[in-house]
Amino acid sequence: MATKASRSAARLMMAPAVILLLGWMLVPLTMTLWFSFRKFLPMRGGDLGWAGFDNYARFVTSSSFWPAVYTTLLIVGGVLVITVMLGVLLALLLDQPIWGQGVVRILVIAPFFVMPTVSALVWKNMFMDPVNGLFAHLFKFFGAEPVVWLTDAALPSIIMIVSWQWLPFATLILLTAIQSLDSEQLEAAEMDGAPSLKRFWFIILPHLSRAITVVILIQTIFLLSIFAEIFVTTQGAFDTRTLTYLIFQRITDAQNIGLGSAGGIYAIILANIVAIFLMRIVGKNLDA
Amino acid sequence: MGRIQLNKVTKTFGDVEVIPPLDLTIEDGEFTVFVGPSGCGKSTLLRLIAGLEDITSGSIAIDGNDATDVPPARRGLAMVFQSYALYPHMSVRKNIAFPLRMAKLDQAEIDKRVNNAASVLNLTDYLDRRPGQLSGGQRQRVAIGRAIVREPAAFLFDEPLSNLDAALRVGMRLEISELHKRLATTMIYVTHDQVEAMTMADRIVVLRAGHIEQVGSPLELYRAPRNTFVAGFIGSPKMNLIEGEEAAKHDAHTIGIRPEHIAVSADEGPWSGVVGVSEHLGSDTFFHIHQTGLAETITVRADGEVSFSHGDRIHLTPRADVIHRFDAGGLRIA
Repeated sequence: MATKASRSAARLMMAPAVILLLGWMLVPLTMTLWFSFRKFLPMRGGDLGWAGFDNYARFVTSSSFWPAVYTTLLIVGGVLVITVMLGVLLALLLDQPIWGQGVVRILVIAPFFVMPTVSALVWKNMFMDPVNGLFAHLFKFFGAEPVVWLTDAALPSIIMIVSWQWLPFATLILLTAIQSLDSEQLEAAEMDGAPSLKRFWFIILPHLSRAITVVILIQTIFLLSIFAEIFVTTQGAFDTRTLTYLIFQRITDAQNIGLGSAGGIYAIILANIVAIFLMRIVGKNLDA
Repeated sequence: MGRIQLNKVTKTFGDVEVIPPLDLTIEDGEFTVFVGPSGCGKSTLLRLIAGLEDITSGSIAIDGNDATDVPPARRGLAMVFQSYALYPHMSVRKNIAFPLRMAKLDQAEIDKRVNNAASVLNLTDYLDRRPGQLSGGQRQRVAIGRAIVREPAAFLFDEPLSNLDAALRVGMRLEISELHKRLATTMIYVTHDQVEAMTMADRIVVLRAGHIEQVGSPLELYRAPRNTFVAGFIGSPKMNLIEGEEAAKHDAHTIGIRPEHIAVSADEGPWSGVVGVSEHLGSDTFFHIHQTGLAETITVRADGEVSFSHGDRIHLTPRADVIHRFDAGGLRIA
């Protein structure tokens, strides 16, 4: 796009897409902002006028707020630890020359293509059902009492389901990072007297550090907003109510749109802080 | 001490035999260069010695001890890679100290050796930088530093200068030769550049398709190449190889005459031809002569002041005492 004419023509042609995207984002954002300052109770009188910062104050002082934050952190942290650790191991494994490499790699990526609702339902009914689930059968086979997963171990169960969904993503990013490692570096380390465990610790892991950061940040943004997995399994019961789920309950169960919107704005701010870090790191990667 | 012996070493990748049975002894303290065109197996041979590849059959002995199944780290060899293979996330100091840390030396000894290597290689000012902040020549020196702190029985160099620009290459060539004189440790150096081989080696091993074509000192190879391959490979520009009637006069299938052993003249000489491209190097001029009736092109070296133009017909006189004779199989006739 060298000339002035071609530049303005390009702008003109990009305009519809940009306007559509902006509208798509700005309209709901503005509405959320607007409602967050209103006392809006649809079943109890509708829009009852200006509320100032009442909704913001009420949202954070509610007794469910801190437990929800805690649950959110547990889920995000738990899934991150599991996906990064297993992701590194799987990536190392998939990097080895094996027969049927292409098929295996596609199979590993497959869970990522399953919709969250579907995968949660599959886990809930096929694996974790205390009577008919595979886990229950497995436990019974060994003579143990089946675990009622989504009641007795609700949070770990959800962490397990979400980890299963996000493991492919982590594996994929980490695998490409491992493949970009110069094999001469590993050979040099081998000659320098580093056995395979030390080669992993001193060469491979530092090489992966950036990829791991990117995985952590991208996953954090998406994990902060997981919803379907909770909705179809515990519905927020048994200490599985995350911040996102709390916002949902404020709006649908409590029918308080103002309060829910204020929570939504908190979530937006939180996600944006992570996003800023992400963009800086990804940007640095592209520069280097 | 670093005497390396290869006994009937072979290497196959799948069905492809890269190294057919090969015997070679590298004496302690010797600077040996493996040279050959790309794909001749010289790097593979080096990696076999290093232990980075397993040999298919045969045996390798280092200082008389069988090292065939010894893992690379315990062979007491240090290797400098073509890409330098520095660890990008470690400072220069940590890079150089890495093998010592792996050997679990105490910190005082590590510091002593690293500082010593850094001063030998002029790296003292760069010890706290990362490899990414260094120039190509400096990275090369860090790679060498990482090798010398281990005080290995022998150094292995895998085309270490091919990523440097021409001027730096000449400088590093001298530095490595200097280092060899000072350390007096066995060095094995792989290159495809015959100039590097000629200038640095005590002994050159010319390889083709995994076979050793000739082993000897640079001047032995220059004066008495064992076959037409070595004759064409050693020396720059390449030796002129002439077949047919002219060769028959010397009772040979092929005769070889180096460009520097042919005199040029405007009006007299047994051979004549038309000047094609002239390459002026200042000190020397290389003429590519066509239409001689001997070979497609005859390359001639003349003094830098001699000047002929494109298209001139000139005469050539080969020096009779340095004509190399080869039989139909390409082997030298004594």
